[in-house]
Amino acid sequence: MSWWPVFVLCASAYALKLIGLVVGARLDSETSERWSLEIVVVPVLAALIVIQTFSTGQRFVLDARAPALLVAAVLAWRKAPFVVIALAAAATAALLRLVG
Amino acid sequence: MPSDMANDPITRNAVSIGVATAVYAVSFGVLSIAAGFSVAQTCVMSLVCFTGASQLTFVSVIGAGGGVAGALPPALLLAGRNALYALSLRGVLSGTVRKRALRAQVVVDETTAMAHAQSTLAAKRRAFDLTALCLFTAWNIGTLLGALAGRGLGNPRDYGLDAVFPAVFLALLAPQLRGPDAMRVAAAGALIALALVPIAPAGLPIIASALGAVPVLLGAGRRRSRVAVAQAPEAGR
Repeated sequence: MSWWPVFVLCASAYALKLIGLVVGARLDSETSERWSLEIVVVPVLAALIVIQTFSTGQRFVLDARAPALLVAAVLAWRKAPFVVIALAAAATAALLRLVG
Repeated sequence: MPSDMANDPITRNAVSIGVATAVYAVSFGVLSIAAGFSVAQTCVMSLVCFTGASQLTFVSVIGAGGGVAGALPPALLLAGRNALYALSLRGVLSGTVRKRALRAQVVVDETTAMAHAQSTLAAKRRAFDLTALCLFTAWNIGTLLGALAGRGLGNPRDYGLDAVFPAVFLALLAPQLRGPDAMRVAAAGALIALALVPIAPAGLPIIASALGAVPVLLGAGRRRSRVAVAQAPEAGR
């Protein structure tokens, strides 16, 4: 395998991160209005959660990840420690796969 | 381990994210070698590219015979959300130009979610840096181990590890869901992404979900310009 695909991937991935940083910095100096851009992360994280739970590639999949997310949701709502949430989700999925 | 470190939630959370990530990094290392990349190439990807989902997609498509032309577009679509993240982290990504350029490299799902889950700017910065440190270390050590070990380490799915990431992101999103606006925006993002899953290439549904924030952003802009108009005559006097 040649090196150029590796370099192209690395360069474009960093360029994407840098674009956001530069645009953000310019917005800061150009407009005094403080848009609360933090809100942009909320839909993206919500999307990440449902995509990683309910889909594989371009297909909808309902498997052990769904009950694991439910367990995580209950624990997050009860303000359980982070590690407990992560471990409980893994244990739920692993046990369900072992049984099923 | 000093007790103050064990009692600090940011450190604890950053370390647990690192541990979960390391296991995924091992499977990336394995996949990359199987796809025909060398150990050095695999490690350079993790060090310099440092975008988990993109790297996994990139080597998987090439491993499946899709070629570089087939692998690059989906990998870059998946990396595209990092641009949105960097935009949202304005203020958190502080320091000299060199420090900001370095911090830009570690703008990914985990660091962004950890930063935004904190309530003060100082805590956001600390959470971002600590998570970045744990994640970078774990991702690269895991990659090297996977690349050296090759096949036969088992499937991370068997340990339920594919369920850990949505659970972790949910735990990090929960404190950000204050107020009806945030709830509506989250629901809109999830619905947009799900609607696009069957028709759009991987990565695009997650980027497009950011549109869910547009109504709230426009509303906030309108409210601010009303305030500005209301204050303008006073300023003139």
